[in-house]
Amino acid sequence: MYDTPLTEADVSTEDAKILARNVQVHYGTTHAIKDVSVAIGDKAVTAFIGPSGCGKSTFLRCLNRMNDTIDACRVRGTILLDGDDIYHRRVDPVQLRARVGMVFQKPNPFPKSVYDNVAYGPRIHGLANSRADLDRIVEKSLRRAALWEEVKDRLSAPGTGLSGGQQQRLCIARAVATEPEVLLMDEPCSALDPIATAQIEDLIYELRDRFSVVIVTHSMQQAARISQKTAFFHLGHLVEFGETGQIFTNPQDPRTESYITGRIG
Amino acid sequence: MPVTWLIPSILLLALIGYWAGRARALAVAGGDTRALHSLPGHHGGHVALFASAPALALLVVWLLTQPFVINGRVAELIPDSANSATGEGPSAALMMSEVRRVAAGLDLAVREGVITAGQADSPRTGADDMRAWLAGVGVALGGETGPWVLPAAQRYRALSATGHLMMTIAVIALSAAGLAGALRRVRPQFRARDVTERAVKAGLFAAASIAILTTLGIVLSLVFNTIEFLRLYPAVDFFFGLTWAPSFGGGSELGILPLLWGTLSISVIALAVATPIGLFAAVYLSEYATPAIRAFAKPLLEVLAGIPTTVYGLFALQIVGPLLVSAFGEGGVLGVTWMGSGTAAMTAGLVLGVMLIPFISSLSDDIINAVPQTLRDGSLSLGATRSETIRQVVLPAALPGIAGAILLAASRAIGETMIVVLGAGAAARLSLNPFEAMTTITAKIVSQLTGDTDFSSPEALVAFALGMTLFVLTLALNALALYIVRTYREQYE
Ligand SMILES: Nc1ncnc2c1ncn2[C@@H]1O[C@H](COP(=O)(O)OP(=O)(O)O)[C@@H](O)[C@H]1O
Ligand SMILES: [Mg+2]
Repeated sequence: MYDTPLTEADVSTEDAKILARNVQVHYGTTHAIKDVSVAIGDKAVTAFIGPSGCGKSTFLRCLNRMNDTIDACRVRGTILLDGDDIYHRRVDPVQLRARVGMVFQKPNPFPKSVYDNVAYGPRIHGLANSRADLDRIVEKSLRRAALWEEVKDRLSAPGTGLSGGQQQRLCIARAVATEPEVLLMDEPCSALDPIATAQIEDLIYELRDRFSVVIVTHSMQQAARISQKTAFFHLGHLVEFGETGQIFTNPQDPRTESYITGRIG
Repeated sequence: MPVTWLIPSILLLALIGYWAGRARALAVAGGDTRALHSLPGHHGGHVALFASAPALALLVVWLLTQPFVINGRVAELIPDSANSATGEGPSAALMMSEVRRVAAGLDLAVREGVITAGQADSPRTGADDMRAWLAGVGVALGGETGPWVLPAAQRYRALSATGHLMMTIAVIALSAAGLAGALRRVRPQFRARDVTERAVKAGLFAAASIAILTTLGIVLSLVFNTIEFLRLYPAVDFFFGLTWAPSFGGGSELGILPLLWGTLSISVIALAVATPIGLFAAVYLSEYATPAIRAFAKPLLEVLAGIPTTVYGLFALQIVGPLLVSAFGEGGVLGVTWMGSGTAAMTAGLVLGVMLIPFISSLSDDIINAVPQTLRDGSLSLGATRSETIRQVVLPAALPGIAGAILLAASRAIGETMIVVLGAGAAARLSLNPFEAMTTITAKIVSQLTGDTDFSSPEALVAFALGMTLFVLTLALNALALYIVRTYREQYE
């Protein structure tokens, strides 16, 4: 059973938001992702877990073509978003990224005001027709990120002046402001304290209603609390993918079991 | 022993002290360095320090004070009458230097074997003998040398010799005493490391102080001469005068405004050229260029910064000036007659701008590279294009640094001399036409001080006032640069 890579049969193609098939990623001569196929559901949270350097971030960045910005990176295979190949010649990565948003490990607010941070995406994509419209989008996004109450009186203060947890929620607000369909999060809580982490987790749990969320995390508890599906990566392979409950209680692969019980890390 | 030998001797003693200190530390520890508070090397350093530092300090102080003491003693032999004989006879300082010259001549004669030391110092030696000896070694004396010169020179020689001998003995003794004293202090518990640490700190502090004191010295020399100038020439006329017409015969008009105007016009033209080009080059290099292009283009651009400014000046004079005339001058392709000759503010400004391009691009490139990649990723992940990312995220984040770079370039532009001398002409003129010849503060400082100059005339002293103005101007610019950088930092960090 183990060591057989997941076949396409294991990947349910119905109601999948993103469908990846036989994805290979090379950084120069490093083979970072080895033949990964996975289906990411809509309106659900999918967690990627696995030891450091196993390729979680690399795979996540394939889903919005952020790897295009790295010269040495080569991606092969197919990734479909709503059935369309995102690596097709005619797809503009800039437009793709408006549909597939991303939140990074370290909060990275722009050196602009809170308002301008959130308004950045809508302005670029021309989502607002008027100032009032933009105000509404900013407020809605900040409310979705559970930050509105804390910053509504200082929208013109610099975003970099907020606390770490607030900064990360600002980044989430910034990402949801462009109304993406998928939200990719790469260890969004690893730079935060437990209270801020709990706030972000609550937030992700709520975001699930509207978005398809993919989150990379190093915390098993976090994956167990907030995700419906979990994928375990190891050395560039997708070792196991399934219902979160099943992965944590009844893993099929011994490598998964070793990892979740803390023997490989 | 001459000083050139004294210093190596002290250093030799220090070296001996180092090894002795080390060896003694090891000995008192019974060969086990763990019994020592400090490493044997620290003990060695401590002994070496005490063998050298006080002795060197004494040497410096002695060398500085000895001439004063000797001058005082020799001056007793110089008759007052020599001073008051004529209304404006040679000053005491001039006579003192005559005495020193004779003494040095005697030294030379003794060294070359023309005379013996006894002859040189003998009180029976006559002025004619002396003249002959000195001529023999190629030292010519002034026509009228009073009879007092020879005894004074002999006393000078004698005092110098004893002073030197005493200094040698005192310095070597102090060095040896320091060595012995420090060596006696070597114990296992002795904190030699703290001593050497403090010595390192003191050395670094001294280096920093020298830089600061030098600046202070420069400022003070400027200030005193400026004050001297303003006593001779009315400040109002200097700061608000509209004409610059120095004439060493007197009746000069020394208004700074035409020079200031020239400086500012040329700097503004230069920055208008250098800022956009330098900035775009920096953005291209840091955001778009492939590593191969970058590795090739960046050093090439920096070579531009290494070209001597005189060469830029020649370029202005030979190529840019005539080219501009053929466009903007009489019978030029544009059919305008704005430009009379090749030397003009525009010529110097353009070439100065070219000189500043690598300066701005290199600094800005470093600053843009320092903008964290996560900010670019954040913008790109929101669906921004590369140029949107650069314009809206990278450049705003880099702005304080870039502003600082531009202001630094501005102070370079204001202080530049050679390009201006060769490219802009020498006419001090308040003109709104940048195609006319102008001149700058720096160029006029040079021209006021070249040639035979009497340093007490306002025409020469004005150079210091101009220098002071320049200094204040660049200082203000740098302060402004710092202020901008600081306020931005507070806002975004
Ligand atoms: N920009 C890059 N250039 C070259 N190799 C990279 C780059 N980013 C990641 N890698 C390599 O790809 C592999 C997977 O990295 P990553 O996706 O960051 O792992 P994870 O996020 O699971 O810790 C690692 O071996 C890493 O060294
Ligand atoms: Mg990672």
